[in-house]
Amino acid sequence: MSFTIAHLKRGDKAIIREFPIDTLPIKLLELGCLPGNEVELVQIAPLKDPIYINVNGSHIAIRRAVAMQIEVEPIAAHE
Amino acid sequence: MSKHIKVALIGNPNTGKTSVFNQLTGLKQKVGNYPGITVEKKMGICKLSRGVKAHILDLPGTYSLNTTSLDESVVVELLLNRKAPDFPDVAVVVSDVENLKRNLLLFTQIKDLRIPAILVINMADRMDRKGISLDIPKMESLLNTRIALVSTRKNTGIEELKQLIEKYREVPCGPTLDVCKIDPEYFGQLKNTFPEEDPYKLWVVITQDVNFTLLEKNDLLRDRSFQTKSKTDLKKLQHRETILRYKHINDILKETYKVDREAAKGFRASLDKILTHKVFGYLIFFVILLTIFQAIYDWSSVPMDFIDAQFAAASEWIKETLPPGVFTNLIAEGIIAGIGGIVIFIPQIAFLFFFIALLEESGYMSRVVFLMDRLMRPFGLSGKSVVPLISGTACAIPAVMATRNIENWKERLITILVTPFTTCSARLPVYLIIIALVIPDGRLLGLSYQALTLMMLYLLGFAMAILAATVLNKILKIRTRTFFVVEMPNYKWPLWKNVFYTVVEKTKSFVYGAGKIILAISIVLWFLGSNGYTDQFKNAEQIVSERVAREGLSPNSQAFITNKLREYRTSIPIGVTPSENRIPVVALQDSLERLQADLRTRVINMEIASYRLEHSLIGQMGKSFEPLVRPLGYDWKIGIAVLTSFAAREVFVGTLATIYSVGNDEEETIKNRMAAEVRPDGKPLFNLASGVSLLLFYAFAMQCMSTLAIVKRETNSWKWPLLQLGFMTVIAYITALAAYQILS
Repeated sequence: MSFTIAHLKRGDKAIIREFPIDTLPIKLLELGCLPGNEVELVQIAPLKDPIYINVNGSHIAIRRAVAMQIEVEPIAAHE
Repeated sequence: MSKHIKVALIGNPNTGKTSVFNQLTGLKQKVGNYPGITVEKKMGICKLSRGVKAHILDLPGTYSLNTTSLDESVVVELLLNRKAPDFPDVAVVVSDVENLKRNLLLFTQIKDLRIPAILVINMADRMDRKGISLDIPKMESLLNTRIALVSTRKNTGIEELKQLIEKYREVPCGPTLDVCKIDPEYFGQLKNTFPEEDPYKLWVVITQDVNFTLLEKNDLLRDRSFQTKSKTDLKKLQHRETILRYKHINDILKETYKVDREAAKGFRASLDKILTHKVFGYLIFFVILLTIFQAIYDWSSVPMDFIDAQFAAASEWIKETLPPGVFTNLIAEGIIAGIGGIVIFIPQIAFLFFFIALLEESGYMSRVVFLMDRLMRPFGLSGKSVVPLISGTACAIPAVMATRNIENWKERLITILVTPFTTCSARLPVYLIIIALVIPDGRLLGLSYQALTLMMLYLLGFAMAILAATVLNKILKIRTRTFFVVEMPNYKWPLWKNVFYTVVEKTKSFVYGAGKIILAISIVLWFLGSNGYTDQFKNAEQIVSERVAREGLSPNSQAFITNKLREYRTSIPIGVTPSENRIPVVALQDSLERLQADLRTRVINMEIASYRLEHSLIGQMGKSFEPLVRPLGYDWKIGIAVLTSFAAREVFVGTLATIYSVGNDEEETIKNRMAAEVRPDGKPLFNLASGVSLLLFYAFAMQCMSTLAIVKRETNSWKWPLLQLGFMTVIAYITALAAYQILS
């Protein structure tokens, strides 16, 4: 199974790799959630849903089901 | 051609678009609805120099021209339709200096529609703190536009913006980039088929599923020779368009936008850590909810009592000043009481929206959604439904108005429909008197049965709201395309001006929107209660006087007089202690007699009022209603009270007081009178079975015309309030019936 935003821990940073454009809303792209951009996991709500991320300066909350579809490549954990 | 410049205010949510609107227009605002839909339409007038005025239209916030909600469709529909009466001469696109990259996406799309657009870069006051520097002239030339650097907080740049609007003809209207690059072949085909139209505009028409009223999509695409693409392919192109735009924007910002990361401070991160924390986040939210609840429940009672007293006094004054007659009664008891019934809600509405505006303005509301989303989702509710549901405990009217913040129409509608189930403060007088009557004294684990019953009723209200939401979520077939992506804006100190405008606007919208309906229904209820066509009604005074002369006062009235006299005697020190307060015995006897005569007139008047109500139109309705309410354990008197309390639940107690002809002001007397009421077979009317039945009826029934009126206002149709009235009454009737039949 691939590594997605949903697998990140609080404070982790990663680079967005793949993005299934058929199933995900364009709104995500427009908010800056583009392949190649850096994403930081800010907070996870209880029951692990929703997930609060910072992509490229955009602070947004997305549902877990969406987060599981965005593949990322982790960069070394926060200093 | 009119001298007014038509301006459309466009922007991403959370860019301070509303602040810019408020700065430009002041209180010269008008809020309405777009025809047929529930999207709010905000218009305002801005004075420019030399008598030129600008009509400002505040469009709903949107992230791009790719619509995902009704609000956003409104924006696209307007911008595509050059024939629309509101089509702007110039678009003012508001952006936030900290999120400029994202905000420019929408800006470039609007530019590419070849609409002259001014870029407002707002929140300029934060630039220093965030270490941001801009090269405005360069940016203007690269974006092919004019820019106003504004701070609505510090009130700077607004004059410059006004000047730019005034000289809107000088604003360039060329596109920023060539969108055809994303698929030259496809766009080439578009150009060939529709040489008249701009390719980007065609592209938006093709990809956007909006309801074109004037600009017919089919007309535009009627040419069969044109082969469009599959949905998936179109989406891929939209994807490519977004990436292309971001590339272009990045190139521009690289040259004009500098951030010194060192200067930026992480205030937001530390606040987020606490406010969205698994434990503290909920604790803080709970405390905030309690404060709001306390404010609308408790603090507003002072102005509400004052309003109540003022309107009662005004009604009395009219009755004394004008000559007696139908017209005077209409004014005093119909119109003034009706207006009073509207004004009384203003304190609660103002308090609730004061707090909601604070939560929205500060950026906290998005954190609430983040915390509550998962918990509310199974019931078809939004994270934002929590505030309306909880504030419904004070009053359903401001609560229903508070659902405006829920973007998803289905979630908003469900919240509106179930909010009146929560136990509002108007139910309390009814609950208290019936609980005192039928629930026995006694304790369970140190808690009295009566207190437990009251708590159960509150819980029952919430439970039914959640249950109804779950069912409605399954039944209602409303297509919603909104995906859950919530922006978490930066924390900001609220702008008091914006808070103030919100409070004023909401109050106005209630008074003018729902007020008319409330006034109309109160006049109808007054008419039904003060008119009758039977001889008994017309000759009530004579009939009652004769009956009193023949049979004497009713036992109830006699008890009332005896009670009052006893109270009076014990309140006066007679000759026991020598003091200045001593009243000579003769004088006392005298005053006692006078009091007795006064009381007699009063009880006779009360008996007449009772008799009149019994034979009025509404009284007759209540009586013909009896077969319907008998299975619930009620007699015709309760039937009348149920009918009249459609105005507002607490009227139930007042109506019973009138029917039983006891003074309206003494709860204890009403209670005693109710306890003494018997059925034809001699058993008490109010027992556990009929009492619980009444409690359940009032817990679930939509006994509030004001709520109905505000639901009509908020959903923009009679369909939903009537549906709500229907299902709430059915639930109330069935549960009350079941309770009575099981318990008796």
